[in-house]
Amino acid sequence: MPVQSFKVNGGHVDVEAPDDMALLWVLRDKLGITGPKYGCGINVCKACTCHVDGKAVTACSTRVIDVRGRQVTTIEGLANGNTLHPVQQAWMNLDVPQCGFCQPGQIMAAVDLLRRTRNPTDADIDAIENVCRCGTYGRVREAIKAAAAMMG
Amino acid sequence: MEHPESGAGPTPAPSHDEPPGMRRRNLLGYAASAPLISAAAGLGGLAAPSSARAAILPMTPPDTTDLIDIGDAVTVTALPTMPLVKVNKLANGRVRLELPRFESGQGIATAAAMMLADKLGLPLNAIEVGSADASPELLYNQLTGGSSSVRSLHAGMPLIGGLATGSANAVVGQRVTRLDALDIVTGRKKFTLDQAVPDAKPTMVCRPPTINGKFVRINNTTAVMGMPGVLGIAPIPATNGIVPTPPGVAVMAETFGQAWAAVNALDVTWTAGAVAGESNASIQQKLKSALLPFLLPPLGALTVEGEFEFAAVSHCPMETECAIADVRADRAEIWSGLQSPIVTQQAVAADLGLPLDKVKVHAVPSGGSFGRRLFWDATLQAVQISKALGRPCRLMYHRTDDMRHGRVRPPMFHRARATMLLGQVISFEQRIAGVRLDTRHGFGEMLGAAAIALPNGFPQTVGNFAIEQVMFKTMVTSPYNFGVTTKLLTPVAMDINTCSYRSVHIQPSRLVEEILVDEMARTLRKDPVAFRLEYLRLPRARAVLKAVAEAAQWGKAMPPGFAQGVGVHQESKSFTACIVEIDARVPADIKVTRATIAIDVGTPINPSGIEAQMQGGLCESISIVLTAGLHIQNGLPLEGSYSQYHFARMKNYPKDVKVIIMPPSSGEPIGGLGEVGLSASSGAIANAYARATGKKPRSFPLNFPVDFTPIPPGKLPTPVTVPVPA
Repeated sequence: MPVQSFKVNGGHVDVEAPDDMALLWVLRDKLGITGPKYGCGINVCKACTCHVDGKAVTACSTRVIDVRGRQVTTIEGLANGNTLHPVQQAWMNLDVPQCGFCQPGQIMAAVDLLRRTRNPTDADIDAIENVCRCGTYGRVREAIKAAAAMMG
Repeated sequence: MEHPESGAGPTPAPSHDEPPGMRRRNLLGYAASAPLISAAAGLGGLAAPSSARAAILPMTPPDTTDLIDIGDAVTVTALPTMPLVKVNKLANGRVRLELPRFESGQGIATAAAMMLADKLGLPLNAIEVGSADASPELLYNQLTGGSSSVRSLHAGMPLIGGLATGSANAVVGQRVTRLDALDIVTGRKKFTLDQAVPDAKPTMVCRPPTINGKFVRINNTTAVMGMPGVLGIAPIPATNGIVPTPPGVAVMAETFGQAWAAVNALDVTWTAGAVAGESNASIQQKLKSALLPFLLPPLGALTVEGEFEFAAVSHCPMETECAIADVRADRAEIWSGLQSPIVTQQAVAADLGLPLDKVKVHAVPSGGSFGRRLFWDATLQAVQISKALGRPCRLMYHRTDDMRHGRVRPPMFHRARATMLLGQVISFEQRIAGVRLDTRHGFGEMLGAAAIALPNGFPQTVGNFAIEQVMFKTMVTSPYNFGVTTKLLTPVAMDINTCSYRSVHIQPSRLVEEILVDEMARTLRKDPVAFRLEYLRLPRARAVLKAVAEAAQWGKAMPPGFAQGVGVHQESKSFTACIVEIDARVPADIKVTRATIAIDVGTPINPSGIEAQMQGGLCESISIVLTAGLHIQNGLPLEGSYSQYHFARMKNYPKDVKVIIMPPSSGEPIGGLGEVGLSASSGAIANAYARATGKKPRSFPLNFPVDFTPIPPGKLPTPVTVPVPA
């Protein structure tokens, strides 16, 4: 079986997996990295959103061969030690989560949005498609704006 | 006869052509609430004090929930075992509560910690809250449902964790962040499938092409066993305990991706399920023909009436149904999201022929529930798979199976009629038929559940019927006094997998009533808010309505295609009202643009959590009123993912939402919350739709095309590959 080599949250990994295996299963089932969640498997709900070289992908619909040699960041790798990323801090300040299952994906999507747009408009935020069944959308919106302010 | 709709156009301001008596009451209203009103011009007719209300007939019969509701019942039956709830002292002055209720996002763990902190005189950060394992000694004190958790824990708190050492309400009432927020935002919170159970291998299930089809044979076992990563294949044995184990063929593999591929490669022969010939239209026809007649004839009086269809809806929690089971010859251990862990433990022990104390059941806080995890279907399957394959099983439902082969809120059909005489409502009658609600979880322990389920294997039993009626009578109420008031439920036996759902009977029943309340007001040429104030039974209901009417500027001018809508609700001893604004210019893309909600829970515990529940209720109402429903066709829901089942996304949630938490109502009991947020917002949305479009809302969800290509029956979707950005 091929060995797939890439970085996850700053550390190098070599993992045996077929080229076409979805990154989500490599992370969760082979590496034990459980922050990215399964919600649909077909790039619809976005609960598995991670970053590859800082840009958002849905791990359920990303082949592991496509991240060879690249830097994968999951929710576990977002904070700098005990210092939360401003988006995580905004999420805490506004008490955004309910059940929490979609929130790693929501946060990773928000970080990606703020990378692309320092001061996102409501229309930019509306384009986020991550499903939240609990209905935290209003607080997600507020938290993104608060994080944008924090990040200057 | 019904009054014609007013047609599309701006929301009318409060009518100025009301009868003289109405205007007199308006004046009194101004006088009685001058400080409130002075800040908001144009609220004429909204503040009629109770002393000036029309003389209305007494409500007949009296409302059951005024005497006892389901939360009271849970509180009373849970109380005797409250001293058995575990509170352990940890190092450095911290204490840990093993919560005998199930946290799935509602915020009950945080609320419980706040109450315990005050009782023990500790700061909130000295309290840890765990999720209690199944504890049969707790009897009726480990069931989560009916918006009863905080009510029953509040009542039981004097008996939990020893003698009180603190002063009251240092923490309770403060706005605090969820206890698990840091774990959530850092990815450390462990859900069921995140548990580090060694050797519990990923497992998925091949399902029949129709609901509850039966397994006959696998035609290609050898070929599928040879696929990459596959560790085992097993037909799931049929069992007939409290509830049957759902049918399927399990595939265990090294990864879920490999299990998924193998499931889609399986060639399995099935028999058709019992409802293979049924579709939404035929189900609604059966329900309609089962309705009981109204008590009163039309009397030749003015009437407003309607027939209403509700498609099945999916709980669709973000975390699909899942369980880990490690079954050995002499013991078993389970990890799963469970609202009824005691009966789950008892049912598993019975299925495996093990003593109860050899079955350990961990109730793992879940990614949403909304009633779905009252049943333990995934646990039943995981247990049988682990037993059959001789190794621990990590079972996950695919989203497609979660929507199609999980459980649903029953499809329902309603007929309701209001009768008016001499300008007054003298009767409101409502007849409801629904596919029978599976209630075999009972009140969370074996004795009741076993009795309800007898004889095993038949979902429509006398016991099930009785429990559904008890639930209906102790949950569904009316905030109004409309004289002779009857609401009767007829469960209809159909082999569709159903389950309680947030506000299961309540949201449809109250939505219908709120729609007809607007139609009554229109018929009597009264403003919808003023009309409600006239007929609301209780001051707390009138207070929340007045609060939203003022804050939302009820009656303000709206452009064509836009409208306001209002709804009021009482449930679980809590009171709420909602006014929304809707943009209905594009019929296929109706947007709720603003919402104002007032909520009175008696004693607020955590304002942040209260707001969250009301925001979540609003989001759910937007979804199930406007767009989210299941098309059952030839015995299977067509919807198989969130791209097909249209639950609200960010763009569908209003950017302007205000939640007003009413100050503590002195002397009032604490009210429920988890389900309370649906009915007023649902009514407000439907009524705004009616006012904006001129159409009567009658069939839910209102916008319900099959706008997708269904995944083939009996199959999972094909995985998708998206290129990685450079």
